[in-house]
Formats: sequence, structure tokens, C-alpha cells
Amino acid sequence: MVRLQTEPFDPGVLLSAFCRDRQETGAVVSFTGIARGGKGAVTRLELEAYPGFTDAEIERMAEAARARFSLHDVLIVHRIGEIAPGEAIVFVAAAAAHRREAFEAADHLMDYLKSRAPFWKKEHRPDGERWIEPTERDITDAERWD
Amino acid sequence: MIRVLLFGRLRDVAGWRERAVDPGPASLFALKNLLAAEDLALGEALAGPGVQAAVDKALVRGDVALAAGAEVAFLSPMSGG
Repeated sequence: MVRLQTEPFDPGVLLSAFCRDRQETGAVVSFTGIARGGKGAVTRLELEAYPGFTDAEIERMAEAARARFSLHDVLIVHRIGEIAPGEAIVFVAAAAAHRREAFEAADHLMDYLKSRAPFWKKEHRPDGERWIEPTERDITDAERWD
Repeated sequence: MIRVLLFGRLRDVAGWRERAVDPGPASLFALKNLLAAEDLALGEALAGPGVQAAVDKALVRGDVALAAGAEVAFLSPMSGG
């Protein structure tokens, strides 16, 4: 399941709910990404999505990961709109029979989300604002799975 | 009528995020030409590297026909989340 939301979320609550009532899942791996403040350099992030397009693209990627890693379940929650430093911005959880698939799926989904997911991100700084594009590292990380 | 949406850097260049073009041009290239004729800076930005277009929330390549009521989105290079 993929959810884009403007409201903050509690990763612990999401993880507890995701783990509940599973009899055959041996492994759940989750990742929480937190907006970095850059020691005061970034006052807030602004993340724009195209509703109906961004969520559909991420849903397609989540379905592909579910098949590739034999997952029992996937959850992706991503903040959009204005995000303050220190707030959770993304949560990914993967459930599988065994740990290896769950670790790899979470890693894979995050590499995709950081480099190829259709978001537009702007950093607001004390001296102005700038649009952010994926780093070289984000791109090479994502290419590991191609 | 065509609904036009701009994302990322494009919306800052144009100074708007969404507008209706009425009557709507019959093709994507005709729409781009019309927007460029009104706003030279936006025209240049739309022709920039990595800018993609989506019609009714599906990515398209090259020129395509636009039906009345279509939604056209111009997407700046995506940043990832």
C-alpha cells in the first residue's frame, strides 16, 4: 500500500500496525527517513507530488518489488507538502517469509524512492530556496538493481 | 479546453501552477508553442533537458493529439523523495 500525506506520522505506530496479525511472515524490515537540517542550513523542505500520477508510479514499483522479492506485504508512507527538519519524511516496510528478501526489498524500494520517484523537492534556506535533484550517489545506488 | 499543470522548477519560471487553455490546442506541440509565444522564459524551460510531459496522468513522448478536456502536465526533472 502506498500513502502520500501532508500530516506528520509516527513510524513506531506504523511499524506496530504493519507487524500485527501475521502468522506466516518471518521477517519485517522497515526504514524511516528523517528530514535533515544541515546544521541550520535548511529551515524546511517542500515536497511536491502529482496526485494520481506520483502515487500510481510508486504503487507500480511496489508491486514489482512484491513480485521480485516474494513479499507478503509492502507499506510505503511518504510525506508531501512542508516538512520541518527532524520530522520523518518516508517510511517503508517489507514483510517476507525470511529476512534476506525483506532487507533487500526495503533497500531496493528506498533506492527507487530517492532517485526515481516522481517528486519535486525544494530546500528552503535562510539565504533563499533551491530545487534539489538526485545526487550521483542516489543514481548509482538505484542502478545496482537494474 | 485543456487543463495545464506545471511541476517543480517550471512553476516558478511561469509563476503559476495550473491554468485552463481555452480553446484547447489540438496537439501537445501546438500547446507548447502557444505557451512559449505567451511566455518566452517558460517556452525555453519547457524545451530544457529532462522535462517530460504527461497527458491524462500518463507519460508521453513526442507529439500527441489532445482531446477536449485533456489534462496536460509538464514535469521538471524529478528529484526523488
